[in-house]
Amino acid sequence: MKSGKRRKGILSQILRVLFFRKKTAKVGIYGPPNAGKTTLTNRIIHTFVDENEDIGEATEIPHETRRAVRRGGIIIDLKARSLLTPGQNPNPNSKSESKRGKAKLKLDVVDTPGLATKIDFHDFMAFGLEEEEAKRRAKEATEGVIEAIKWLDDIDGVVLVMDCTEDPYTQTNIIIIGNMEARGIPCIIAANKVDLSDAAPQRIINAFPQHPVIPISALKGENMEGLYEEMARRFK
Amino acid sequence: MEIKMDLISEDKINSMGSMEKLRFVLDGVKSGNIVVLEGGLTSEEQMKLIELTMTEVTEDFPGIEMSGYPTKRGFLNLRRKTRLTVVGPAKIMHTIKKERDLISAMISAI
Ligand SMILES: Nc1nc2c(ncn2[C@@H]2O[C@H](COP(=O)(O)OP(=O)(O)OP(=O)(O)O)[C@@H](O)[C@H]2O)c(=O)[nH]1
Ligand SMILES: [Mg+2]
Repeated sequence: MKSGKRRKGILSQILRVLFFRKKTAKVGIYGPPNAGKTTLTNRIIHTFVDENEDIGEATEIPHETRRAVRRGGIIIDLKARSLLTPGQNPNPNSKSESKRGKAKLKLDVVDTPGLATKIDFHDFMAFGLEEEEAKRRAKEATEGVIEAIKWLDDIDGVVLVMDCTEDPYTQTNIIIIGNMEARGIPCIIAANKVDLSDAAPQRIINAFPQHPVIPISALKGENMEGLYEEMARRFK
Repeated sequence: MEIKMDLISEDKINSMGSMEKLRFVLDGVKSGNIVVLEGGLTSEEQMKLIELTMTEVTEDFPGIEMSGYPTKRGFLNLRRKTRLTVVGPAKIMHTIKKERDLISAMISAI
């Protein structure tokens, strides 16, 4: 009864493995400190792998992530999960309705430490850290930045996360995008924190017109499907 | 307090190797100078400069502030022309406004 169907399923799986096996895309989650990279990575894992698994901690103190962490074997399957975020705005950038909900992408995600040109331990003390701890954090943060940069060599695609309540036209954002362009690596900009009242995703769209900008809230789960579709499209 | 500014010509920059260039910029900045590079650094060089800076951050030298214009696409997008880059010690330099064709930086002696 069911076995014929199942055999067909296994057969097609074997065929797919043999003939259509593709390299898994390694997608780096990059951006300045505090943009919401870990929040986004955690949400991707919660949605497609395990809702109890976290890749790292998200806090309001910058440079929370100081080691790049990879999570392999994520399958973004929008057909299986066509109603990820019910009631959310559809992605305004999405091309056609027919394409929606069909995208599938196998990937590894790498949550990276925030990129910065300066790290001052005093900034951490302003968040209530003791001097010793602040200095240790600063030291680890410098190593984290180096690690994030080194990881660029092993990345097939980048989701550049920006806080859309802040000025997007910063040198670090420009440098990340410039490096992606020079290496020919596809890059999607996630205009994060659209749930905040002073969110201005349009500023990001204006600053980087040559790249897709997807307004999302990684925290509240707004327009995640729009981001996943764009990822499936760009990182295939 | 006086702040020194070095304005480096494109010829001088082009005469240096990649690492030499970055070392030259970072040494200048670490000794407290604002370094302005005619012709600028590529995005890759700027990323390398961040990497190098991070290996040398201390309590007294928290890092750099960097500003510049993105590369301009040349004929058929084939050639990428870098433009001006400004690098200074983060302690005294703050970019206060940055647009596509205008950069304002505040230099404050400590
Ligand atoms: N309102 C709002 N807050 C967010 C959103 N995404 C992240 N945050 C908050 O922003 C802060 C930083 O989030 P993280 O995910 O730790 O940011 P990060 O980019 O990983 O930061 P570093 O690891 O320090 O570079 C946390 O307090 C998050 O709760 C969002 O979509 N909306
Ligand atoms: Mg993080």
